[in-house]
Amino acid sequence: MNSTAMESKKPHRRRAFSRADRTTLTAFVGIPLFFHLLLVWVPAFLTIVLSFTYWSGISISRIKFAGFANYKNIFVDTPAFWEAIQNNIIWLVWFAGIATPIGILLAYQIDRQIRGHKFYETAYYLPVVLSLAVTGIIWNFLLRPDGFVNGLFGRDIDNAISFFGNYDINIYVILTIASWRHIGYIMLLYLAGLKSVDMALREAASLDGATEWQTFKKVIFPAMKPVNVIVIVITIIESLRAFDIVYIIYGSSAGFPILGTLVFQNIAGEGASMKGAAYAVILFVLSIGPIIAYLRTTFRSDVQ
Amino acid sequence: MSIDVELQVAATKYRNKQKVKDRFISLFIGIFAIVWIFPIIWTVWSSLRPYKEVRANGLFSFPKVLNLTNYADAISRMELPTYFFNTAIITIPAVFLTLFFGSLIAFVVSRYSFKWNVSLLLLFTAGNLLPAQLVFIPVFKMYITLGKAVGIPRLLYDSPWGVVLIHVAFQMGFATFVLSSYMKTVPKEISESAMVDGATVFTHYTKVMLPLLRPALASLAVLMTTWIYNDFFWALVLMSTDSKRPITSALGRLQGEFVTDYNLLAAGAAIAALPTLIVFFILRKQFVSGLTLGSTKG
Repeated sequence: MNSTAMESKKPHRRRAFSRADRTTLTAFVGIPLFFHLLLVWVPAFLTIVLSFTYWSGISISRIKFAGFANYKNIFVDTPAFWEAIQNNIIWLVWFAGIATPIGILLAYQIDRQIRGHKFYETAYYLPVVLSLAVTGIIWNFLLRPDGFVNGLFGRDIDNAISFFGNYDINIYVILTIASWRHIGYIMLLYLAGLKSVDMALREAASLDGATEWQTFKKVIFPAMKPVNVIVIVITIIESLRAFDIVYIIYGSSAGFPILGTLVFQNIAGEGASMKGAAYAVILFVLSIGPIIAYLRTTFRSDVQ
Repeated sequence: MSIDVELQVAATKYRNKQKVKDRFISLFIGIFAIVWIFPIIWTVWSSLRPYKEVRANGLFSFPKVLNLTNYADAISRMELPTYFFNTAIITIPAVFLTLFFGSLIAFVVSRYSFKWNVSLLLLFTAGNLLPAQLVFIPVFKMYITLGKAVGIPRLLYDSPWGVVLIHVAFQMGFATFVLSSYMKTVPKEISESAMVDGATVFTHYTKVMLPLLRPALASLAVLMTTWIYNDFFWALVLMSTDSKRPITSALGRLQGEFVTDYNLLAAGAAIAALPTLIVFFILRKQFVSGLTLGSTKG
């Protein structure tokens, strides 16, 4: 399948390949491409098609065309969807407005080699290495009714603050936990970018009487453009796809609806409904913008 | 001359002012850092104390006993060795195959100038960015159908191989992207001289490029190991038997089962986190460089 696709698109060849070389090249490209297409692109395409159908079970003859019924069901008849959208938006605003800037700020300060910067770098990065399953257990430890925080406030189990059950505060509790990982990740990415900005540039700006904020805004930030794009893209994508941490804390119950868990509830197991496919497509459509932005930044030099 | 002196005075003044400021900043970031790792410290501290004692004397009581009993208990009662084994038979083949496939594509794309090189690279990179949920339903049905067709229902569904394959298919996009940008830094002359010497494509890959790729492969291997080790979604949805799941996915169930003995659970979580922490502290340089070669993953 792939070999014919390769032959038909006549490649530029500086010189002819021997038969053995041609076979090797075909295999080198063909085998990985086969797995990638079969398990990523073909299913992605099929999910989009399936989101317009009713289908349960395995046999293909039972697929029925549904038009936009699954989408209508989601948009009109599922209040949890709008709740989820609202939560995802709060998530995005929090990440973009608080967590990401803190990560950048930390990177900026740590990059100036302040005292103890090696230790700080490790400390802030440590949570990123832990799996979200472990993260969930760690925070449950602090926040459960007889946990550390309630103990600190002197509350016993009966009148403990329910950090995960109280709907007024649970989103901020979850966002704090999510930020615990996100900030370290952004810090590390930014730190790597900052290493390429010349130190002398900053001192020069300061000598010219620029305040630290002006230096950052006018000198550092513009010099970091590719990293900025990646950081923005990551912030948006992570806010849209958030799933693990919420699943760890709430399981598949509807305790805290966000898009990621709604998709999961509708696709998990044999009872997968095509409403789940429609949810997945919505998630995909929302992340197309950032994906394209990312690809454009990383491939700009290649295309030219 | 005098301008030079003035500049130097200004620079010294700036540096002195900055020094004082930096102390404050350092102090503040330091306090914040301790708050940051406190949850981890608290979990480790709790894991060293018996549950009964905490229960009797309170959370903040001075410990009478500090030992590793919870760790020994966690290993035997939570059957952690089984889960670690499950993790190993998924993570090791997945990382190996991802790097292998990624290096093949990256090699062809960066060493031979075909018209479709950029499109191919774009396809792999974009594929890596698709949400996992978007591909799940068809993959699930494919696995089941294939299992039925060949008469081995658990061939891919509920089998480590199914999880390995989906990781490989997804992550190979990232590996391709990282390795091809790394290969671009390898001088073309090296490849040209190999070709002039009459090396076949195969020798060119195995004898010339692979050895040069070693540092990048090491970084990627570290990063991929952490990602796949920490993956939660795929093992959860593509496996139905609890005892086959890798440790990260199993933790969720264990959390429910041992919910009454928090200190045991803390020990379990600490053990589960240990491999990634060891990797991070020993291979930190590789970890960081792998990540900063360009990344969109948490």
